[in-house]
Amino acid sequence: MHSELTAQGSLLQRFGRKARFVLGEFRPKGELLTPFNILSLPLIVLGLFLIVYRFVYGLGSITNLSQSYPWGLWIGFDVVTGVAFAGGAYVVTFMVYILKLEKYRPITRATILNGFLAYLFYAGALLLDLGRPWNVINPIIGNSFGVSSVLFLVAWHFLLYMIAELIEFSPAIAEWLGLERLRRLLRKLTLGAVIFGITLSTLHQSGLGALFLMAKTKIHPLWYSEFIPVLFLVSSVFAGLSMVIFEGSISQRVFAPRHLPASPAADHAEIVFGLAKICCATMFVYLFLLGLVLVHGNHWALLGTGWGAWYLVEVLGFVLLPCVLFAHSLKVRSALLARVAALITMLGIIINRLNVSVIAFKWYEPVRYFPTWMEIEVSLAIVLLEIWVFRWVVKRMRVL
Amino acid sequence: MDRRDALKTLTLIGSTPLLAGTADGATRGGEEFVGVLVDTTKCEGCRSCEEACAAANKLPAPPKDDNVMASERVPTPGQWSVVNRYKTSKGEVFVKRQCLHCCQPACASACLTQAMLKTRQGPVIWREDKCMGCRYCMVSCPFDVPTFEYDKTVPKIGKCQLCYSRLRAGKKPACVEECPNEALLFGTRRELLEEARRRIYRNPDTYLHRVYGEHEAGGTLWLYLSAVPFEEIGFRKPVDNAPLPQLTKEFLYAVPVILTLWPPFLLALAKAIRGPKDKESEAGDAQ
Ligand code: SF4
Ligand code: SF4
Repeated sequence: MHSELTAQGSLLQRFGRKARFVLGEFRPKGELLTPFNILSLPLIVLGLFLIVYRFVYGLGSITNLSQSYPWGLWIGFDVVTGVAFAGGAYVVTFMVYILKLEKYRPITRATILNGFLAYLFYAGALLLDLGRPWNVINPIIGNSFGVSSVLFLVAWHFLLYMIAELIEFSPAIAEWLGLERLRRLLRKLTLGAVIFGITLSTLHQSGLGALFLMAKTKIHPLWYSEFIPVLFLVSSVFAGLSMVIFEGSISQRVFAPRHLPASPAADHAEIVFGLAKICCATMFVYLFLLGLVLVHGNHWALLGTGWGAWYLVEVLGFVLLPCVLFAHSLKVRSALLARVAALITMLGIIINRLNVSVIAFKWYEPVRYFPTWMEIEVSLAIVLLEIWVFRWVVKRMRVL
Repeated sequence: MDRRDALKTLTLIGSTPLLAGTADGATRGGEEFVGVLVDTTKCEGCRSCEEACAAANKLPAPPKDDNVMASERVPTPGQWSVVNRYKTSKGEVFVKRQCLHCCQPACASACLTQAMLKTRQGPVIWREDKCMGCRYCMVSCPFDVPTFEYDKTVPKIGKCQLCYSRLRAGKKPACVEECPNEALLFGTRRELLEEARRRIYRNPDTYLHRVYGEHEAGGTLWLYLSAVPFEEIGFRKPVDNAPLPQLTKEFLYAVPVILTLWPPFLLALAKAIRGPKDKESEAGDAQ
């Protein structure tokens, strides 16, 4: 009886210690008045204010959305592009946990964390765009299953994938809390979560493209084809990996001194080259597919138009060029060049996703959609907020 | 919508796969689709139907002044039915526009909550308690029909409901009832198509030999007769004849296949490949 009480007491004490520890972790670590903070904080606060404003006064109060353009920057950039960038997580977990390419293990946690946060914030931005967000539970609790809807599928996969990624990342959280037994338990779930996550990713990366299949007569023929889902899936591989290269090189610089005393920069360069190789190969496949689609659709004549020129800018300038740069970076062993290529690739993905969802969408309308500064600012605030949370986690858990 | 109705729709969806449809796409669950035949040669542009629509659906009264027809209008959240005036090769023609109520509607197949619902009788209705305002229906509708209240805190999707509640009470759609010129005819879609063909057959020189809505987007419940090419009276957008939900069919069919085949394949792959540090990594962590 007596020993039971003390056991309970110590359990309570331990819990109390943990709670105090977690609360303590919310205190900022490191300098507060960095240039990045000074710049980003007002933007985040303004963004949050605009979000509240939008929920009170309706979507039209801060966006340029209209009856002819129901989807704008928030869907086209935040959701459709953001999720493509988050594709790195499923590719890297595939390489590390399935193919056992140990070389990439050092970047696994950061990539998973990045993917998880990207889904949380960018897929979460979908909520901002919903006119009646309180009904979002309907398709989740089974009140109404629109099983013939691609969006139904995509939304469910977002949700499940976030859970899978959280499980993949959870050992790091358990470690941070000093819960060794829990960590070992969670570790056992990793492979299952990885397999589940890759399956879900295959489906919703392509599903994001499939969303636009029914807009057949609305999207410019150079960007519309029945192969959009395949193109989205293939491009999510190099979109995600380019993001990993980019994010890695920044994290290296910002966090490395504190967290990576043992990991030499040369190692990181090796990883970059490996990723560059995969990017280069998948971009080659992607270009090949684009060629097939073009031949299949017989759209040669359209290439001569203004839209054709814009299409060529996207394909030649932002796919072929970085593809060649990646290849060259491997030849001359220049990690810097690979990073430049990654950056161009990312720009290309933004252009491509925006083309399909916004720019080439209803290309024939006399009055076109262009986002308001407030839409842009909210998107920016979401990106900055994600970086803040990423930094918070990286400074506390063993991620890098 | 009460529980029983919800259950009914669920079983309905379960028993008649939305994507499969029927051979002619004109029936569901054994019941024949209804529809409206618009004879644009008979419409005089009095806009009684606009008024009737507003009254029946508790929408703001449409503008009285006929000058609103000076420019082409489209349905809005507050006005689901509009009459447009066109200067054509055969003089002035008036055309009423609203949701066409596709036999296999893109909007309903796009909707992830079944807020847009293809009813058994045919009307495509929007249900307030289900909709989450994602506007995917607007992206998907080939005729750009659904509209959204961008200026409201609690916005709604607005579109013609084909007076579904009136139909359930055994009445005709309000616009059909109020049309003084018999430009609108209500009936089953099959009868209406026969009637349309009869009119073309009897007056081959008056009518274009085509019924708009017979094949467009896989067929629609609203059917149009015209004396002039349809492009001249506002039907300019190219619309495929194949039902739109078919475009996502293959993708959706692939989903369960991938969901069942991918995981075992990946698992087998993971087991087959033994990493150099396999033992170590099992005991260790992600690092
Ligand atoms: S016209 Fe558009 S809104 Fe009306 S049923 Fe067809 S797809 Fe749906
Ligand atoms: S806006 Fe409403 S009705 Fe339209 S697809 Fe979304 S949930 Fe369905």
